[in-house]
Amino acid sequence: MNLTKRMLMSMAGAALMFAAPMQAVAQDWQPRKPIDFVIMAGAGGGADQIARFIQAVAEQEDLTTRPLVPNNKGGGSGAEALIHVSTASDPDHTILVTLNSFFTTPLRQQNLGIDIQTFTPVAMMGVDPFVLWVHKDSGITTFEEYVAKVQEMDGEFVMGGTGAGQEDSIVIAYMSGAYDLDIKYIPYDGGGAVAKDLAGQQIMATVNNPAEAKGFYEAGDFVPLLAFSDERMPAYPDVPTIKEMGHDFSYYNQRAIVGAPGMSEEAAAYYQDLFTQVYESEQWQGYLTSESLSPLWMDAAEQRDYWALQVENHQALLAALGE
Amino acid sequence: MDVLLLLADGMLLSLQPLNLVMILLGVTLGLFIGAMPGLGSVNGVAILLPVTFLVPPGSAIIFLAAIYYGAMYGGAVSSITLGIPGASTAVATTFDGRPLAQQGRASLALVTAALASFIGGTVANVLFTLFAPLLASVALSFGPPEVFALMLLAFATFVGLGGDDIPKTVFSICFGLVLGAVGFDQISGAPRLVLFDYNGFLQGIGFLVLAIGVYGIGEMLWTIDQTRGDVTATTPKMTIKGMASDTKEAAKRGWKGTMIGSFLGFFVGVLPAAGATPGSLMSYGVAKMVSRKPEEFGKGSPDGVAAPEAANNSASTGSMLPMLTLGIPGSPTTAILLGGMVIWGLVPGPRLFVDEQEFVWGLIGSFYISNVAALLINLAFIPVFIWMLRMPFTILAPMIFVLSIAGGYAATRDMFDIWLIVLFGLGAFFMRKFDYPLAPAVLAIVLGPIAEPTLRQSLLLSSGDPSIFFTRPVAGPITIIALVLIFLPAIKVVRRMRDERKPAS
Repeated sequence: MNLTKRMLMSMAGAALMFAAPMQAVAQDWQPRKPIDFVIMAGAGGGADQIARFIQAVAEQEDLTTRPLVPNNKGGGSGAEALIHVSTASDPDHTILVTLNSFFTTPLRQQNLGIDIQTFTPVAMMGVDPFVLWVHKDSGITTFEEYVAKVQEMDGEFVMGGTGAGQEDSIVIAYMSGAYDLDIKYIPYDGGGAVAKDLAGQQIMATVNNPAEAKGFYEAGDFVPLLAFSDERMPAYPDVPTIKEMGHDFSYYNQRAIVGAPGMSEEAAAYYQDLFTQVYESEQWQGYLTSESLSPLWMDAAEQRDYWALQVENHQALLAALGE
Repeated sequence: MDVLLLLADGMLLSLQPLNLVMILLGVTLGLFIGAMPGLGSVNGVAILLPVTFLVPPGSAIIFLAAIYYGAMYGGAVSSITLGIPGASTAVATTFDGRPLAQQGRASLALVTAALASFIGGTVANVLFTLFAPLLASVALSFGPPEVFALMLLAFATFVGLGGDDIPKTVFSICFGLVLGAVGFDQISGAPRLVLFDYNGFLQGIGFLVLAIGVYGIGEMLWTIDQTRGDVTATTPKMTIKGMASDTKEAAKRGWKGTMIGSFLGFFVGVLPAAGATPGSLMSYGVAKMVSRKPEEFGKGSPDGVAAPEAANNSASTGSMLPMLTLGIPGSPTTAILLGGMVIWGLVPGPRLFVDEQEFVWGLIGSFYISNVAALLINLAFIPVFIWMLRMPFTILAPMIFVLSIAGGYAATRDMFDIWLIVLFGLGAFFMRKFDYPLAPAVLAIVLGPIAEPTLRQSLLLSSGDPSIFFTRPVAGPITIIALVLIFLPAIKVVRRMRDERKPAS
């Protein structure tokens, strides 16, 4: 009995000795369980590809002690994801891969009661340009031919894109307004499905991000006609921009990571550090180049300003759309 | 015969010691992941993805594909032994697997499931090997009207699923459709049917939540009610001889379902966005429709176990096809595999078969090997699974309850879903009490969210003209067959009513 007691005492002592340095380490916040890595879009689209790439880099470089578990919540133009993240029971383990519906969906659906400024800025991984694509069998090779074709079809030209009021519809609406085009618009749940239906010629044109269309472009199925970037893209040097055509418009999809509202400062610092490492990795820099994304690095304060600016811009764009 | 040479190379590659170890490990892990309610192949592949960075890319994807395969086999285990679907792909397996187990024929159900899975996987592998590029173009030719027509066909096969009571079946389908519509409208982005303003409903009703509620909790309540806890849980014995005779019986009474599941499951799996769950449910419906003894379905028909099990394995190979050839995942699990491939520097898409021949054929070769490994490992574990059934139901019932709740929570990590599970369990119990068939509701909640957006996309394409479903070369015949199947029973009912009235008048 005595012996046991003594043993217990010494074990407790040993445990204390081990516990002391452990506590010092614990001040640096570390995730204690798998991280809910929510994606604002369905599987296969641009945001999804990026999320899975980031997850893979983090795993490959062993940057996290707990895995990032991708969780597609694309419903309702990302509203599903916004609700999920803003009501998360454990904000320290919930982060969100965003696109521009981060700005548009709360604007269009005030009743959701989402205030994006309550979210926690983590990292701006880059911005993704938009390109107008047609199928090679359409015979269209230039933007001028495209405009002529759409006008000739008089309202029967079909384009696909993501849900109403989302990025694709904004770009197409601007283009339609600028060139007086009457386009039939079919909403899909993600850019992957849109690209697939252009490849199968179920629809006639799309404004996919380069990453979504690249495989089909390289196989020779898709033809790029017009870019909505500020400058011509290095990977598509022959594709003119809409700016060159005399319209002061450019549009990018943000590829940013944000934390759930109410995330602790320590956790936010952890994720900011984590995604800085991902951003600086060779793989991510290579991805930016190969998928034609533009870098746009910002710190947390700059991100908040950027959000405010984007909300303002999108308010104007949506108002112009009559939303 | 180039293809066969490439395939032979691929098989040799997957028989290399490292790859073979990966296959055996993956299949065994997958088997248990699949058998755990709530943990499906999606979670398994996601959790184990990091492990794969320790080995070369070729071995890594072989490992993940083996888990995927193993999980499809494993899903049947808890569906049959406990009546809780191990994964959403195995829900249809409970329809007949569970009754068989209750009749003391669990070993027959498990053997049938294993054999059907094996054949489904093999048929799919052969189709994949021979026709991959052709099938990719078939997948592309399916636009919104074609997908909707296919969904209509699936509903048509299920009108006959609920026995003879057509009105109750239709009610059950409608009930499922309404539940499937809860959440966000994909086309307009507006929330709808957010019952009682609970935020939990905004995310829609998860299929697995419904399935665990209906089949886990609901089934448990039903059994308690029927037997007052005094269950003659039958004492199944496992002998080599018994297994041999089960194999014979499975081959005799399950071959039809296996064939239907193998082919139908594959084609549904090839279509992006559909995946193995609709494939297995549709195969069950078709198997019942063409069966000479449809009345056996739902009461323990080996065909009813074979069809969904063959289909879910077949569909899991099928869903690899759009991922590899088009870069578009055919199921949630392949979406995760896709992420893995991108980081390994492999670009899925039209050029993968040309640029990365060794990788592609190594993977296809590994499908064949994994399939054989999964069959053998699964058969070896059957006695262990059977052993669980020897426990008295008074011990088993609390276990089912705990597994249902834990499994439901594991899937979404949301307390709200647990309350839903309990609610659905009670609802299912009372629906059964009043003789409402449950399977059609379960089917509707899976297919509704695919059918509805494609219907609306099609009508947008045609400016509201429904003739789009009849005039397109692929959609047309499917729609017509579906409509005939839907109205056939209705005509029967009308005739019978007329016949009944005649003598009275």
